[in-house]
Amino acid sequence: MTQPLLALSGLTKAYPGVVANKDVSFNILPGEVHALLGENGAGKSTLVKTIYGLVKPDSGTMMLNGAPFTPTEPRAARASGVAMVFQHFSLFDAMNVAENIALGMENPPPQREIAAQVRAVSDQYGLPLDPTRIVGELSAGERQRVEIIRCLLQDPKLLIMDEPTSVLTPQEVEILFKTLRKLSAEGTAILYISHKLEEIRALCKNATVLRLGQVVGTCDPRTTSARDMAELMVGSALHVPERAARAAGDTILALKGLSANAPHQFGTALQDITIDVKKGEVLGIGGVAGNGQDELVAALSGEMRTADGMISYQGKNIGHLGPNQRRKGGLLTAPEERMGHAAAPDMSLIENAALTATTRKELATKGFLNWRKARSFAEDVITTFDVRTPGSNNTARSLSGGNLQKFVIGREIMQDPVVLVVNQPTWGVDASAAAAIRQALLDLAANGAAVICISQDLDELMEISDRFAALNEGRLSAPRPAQGLTVEEIGLLLGGAHDMEVAHVDA
Amino acid sequence: MLMLEKRPQPSKTWTLAAPILAVILTMICGGLLFAALGKAPLETIRTIFLDPLFSEFAWFYRPQLLIKGAPLALIAIGLSFGFRAGIWNIGAEGQYIVGAICGAAVGLAVYPTESIFIFPLMVIAGVLGGMLWALIPGILKVKFDTNEILVSLMLVYVAEQLLASMALSTLRNPEGMGFPGSRNLAKYDSASSWISENAGMHWGVVAAFIAVIFAYVTLSRHQFGFNVRLAGQSPRAARFAGVNPKLLVLVCMGISGGLAGAAGLFEVAGPAGQISIDFNVGYGFTAIIVAFLGRLHPIGILLAAGLMALTYIGGEIAQSNLGLPGAAIQLMQGMLLFFLLMVDVLTNYRVRFGKGATT
Repeated sequence: MTQPLLALSGLTKAYPGVVANKDVSFNILPGEVHALLGENGAGKSTLVKTIYGLVKPDSGTMMLNGAPFTPTEPRAARASGVAMVFQHFSLFDAMNVAENIALGMENPPPQREIAAQVRAVSDQYGLPLDPTRIVGELSAGERQRVEIIRCLLQDPKLLIMDEPTSVLTPQEVEILFKTLRKLSAEGTAILYISHKLEEIRALCKNATVLRLGQVVGTCDPRTTSARDMAELMVGSALHVPERAARAAGDTILALKGLSANAPHQFGTALQDITIDVKKGEVLGIGGVAGNGQDELVAALSGEMRTADGMISYQGKNIGHLGPNQRRKGGLLTAPEERMGHAAAPDMSLIENAALTATTRKELATKGFLNWRKARSFAEDVITTFDVRTPGSNNTARSLSGGNLQKFVIGREIMQDPVVLVVNQPTWGVDASAAAAIRQALLDLAANGAAVICISQDLDELMEISDRFAALNEGRLSAPRPAQGLTVEEIGLLLGGAHDMEVAHVDA
Repeated sequence: MLMLEKRPQPSKTWTLAAPILAVILTMICGGLLFAALGKAPLETIRTIFLDPLFSEFAWFYRPQLLIKGAPLALIAIGLSFGFRAGIWNIGAEGQYIVGAICGAAVGLAVYPTESIFIFPLMVIAGVLGGMLWALIPGILKVKFDTNEILVSLMLVYVAEQLLASMALSTLRNPEGMGFPGSRNLAKYDSASSWISENAGMHWGVVAAFIAVIFAYVTLSRHQFGFNVRLAGQSPRAARFAGVNPKLLVLVCMGISGGLAGAAGLFEVAGPAGQISIDFNVGYGFTAIIVAFLGRLHPIGILLAAGLMALTYIGGEIAQSNLGLPGAAIQLMQGMLLFFLLMVDVLTNYRVRFGKGATT
């Protein structure tokens, strides 16, 4: 057996309230393309940050080529031959490619030399890139090439790629894969992070699956079906809901052929979403992030207006109404991104309470805000939802992510919604608080409100949903009663048509 | 190694201490500058910062403080709304000019009728003039997504040309023997903005104090002020809270333009007296410094306007008494803004010596 390039054993890293990695051990062999699979929040990022020297593990060891490897900072990791291409690029738009690459070097050679090196590497690996072009004019795929070439110039032994295809067109993905295969053939190991199963099946020889910070399995993606891998990611321990579906109430919110263009470059267009949401039910919407969740929430909250007749609430058209008019009617939302969307980071919790609650809690008279009332509402939320903070005067920024999430969800729930739309309600929240939030959502539904819960956490959806639907590339599947859904069926719903075909081939 | 660490909360102490420290640093570096120019540093600084208030001629300078400070405060208050919301109106100078032209035109049109309605009408015309001039970049931004910084700045130069043309032809004093410049409004009772010329009191001073109070209440208590602050801090959260970003651009541009226009009118009908080619003296640009020096807070702006007015007047004294070059005064005003921005970092960041722990 060949000596592994990088051997991880027993890596553990805990953050307050959450264990990001727990006893993670696996090996990466020289020259292999190794996939690291897992849902969001499974601990993939923490793990690669550990390897790249950005995070110091609490315990566990790493061996690189048989020698202990304890990088204290990325520079040390790079010096040992570990390079990383991040999901978000760190490039200066106003400079050209060669200048950007020089900026990342310790002792940059003259521009002409760098340009020559860039040309050589880009020829060698089939990554077309002109070193004299200004980065601001490049496409996302070309920018990624700059980052890759920057790494390749260091001649790495291990290249870490974090969700590299999320911003690429299919053609650019093809070019990238050719490059990665060539690199691998030349002996560079690649740690490839993704949750796109088809890509991993096409590219990787080995896969390690993480779930809740732990390694739950390894497989050979070339011979394992996408469905099996999805099950590993989701967890075979997915339990059947114990919740009995209640008699459905009247329709309160109806989406009819809801379609909308992507609001920005990396957004997803909503396509023909049709669903009736009934009083007293929890509708769970599953799906991998970036499949239209944000856009659906924006269309419901009123941040994105939609054409007439697509959204009707209590029998009335509301596609043209703004957020506060919808709040007035009782349609409340809690978006996924807490900092800067659901809450303003530099404002106090009192001000953040007024952010959405002014209309329903009548915090303003004739446009003048009643800060005393806002404070008492904020403090209500803080006590009821056990938000850990020294006081309501503290800024939202000073709260931990989970605590702020409790505040944001609590703020909406305590406004007594008729329909509540939540996106990733327990994201980054510790287990007991997550349970409390779920219970609060269930209580809300039990009291006759409708809850739309958008989440990537299937366990959560199975626990609280009456009906389940999956969002895939901006389309919503037909809802199914959550009770009795099997893991296979969920996998198929989540994968969409694309994945289904593959499943046929394997079957 | 020196490290900056972001504070979980902006420091209250530093919010107050930063402007004071900036003034002290400016005095120190300004003193060094004056010493390098061969002037006695302490005396120069005393001349600039203290003589206008406490010298034997202070009775002459103190009213000047009001005259110079009022337009600065009025314009800066208007700008602070936009700046807080992330809307950058750099062209207050142009709006100031157009406000003055529009207001003066109303007064000149009815000359020599005397009526108590004339001055209020001039104020309205001045406000509307400034507002319309500011709405040009506002509407262009909303409709075509142009950059309001560039458009508003460019319109300053258009306004200057307009001013020259008005002074030379349309609004020229028919009894002025061919000299450029309009009739003197300050000497036309119904149109004069003076309340007491000897005390430096004119309606612009009153308006500035009203604007400060109005802005303070709006920003701290009213929904609109909350929306302005929210939009500046996190635009996405503002949209979620139901703020219409386009409307906000127009309203903020309108407020800043309107107040700049009013400042122009009060100036032309009082201290300046007439529309002339060189009527504008850069209040619109200096007000930007004032707005930031007062950290976009109404009370802070009031104090900052006083301080800037002080350096203007003190600078003039130093120029005439000590022979200090005018550029040195401008340099010192620039230093003030520079140090303020530098010290400002301490409000949001803590300085750590040595190598910090990495998480």
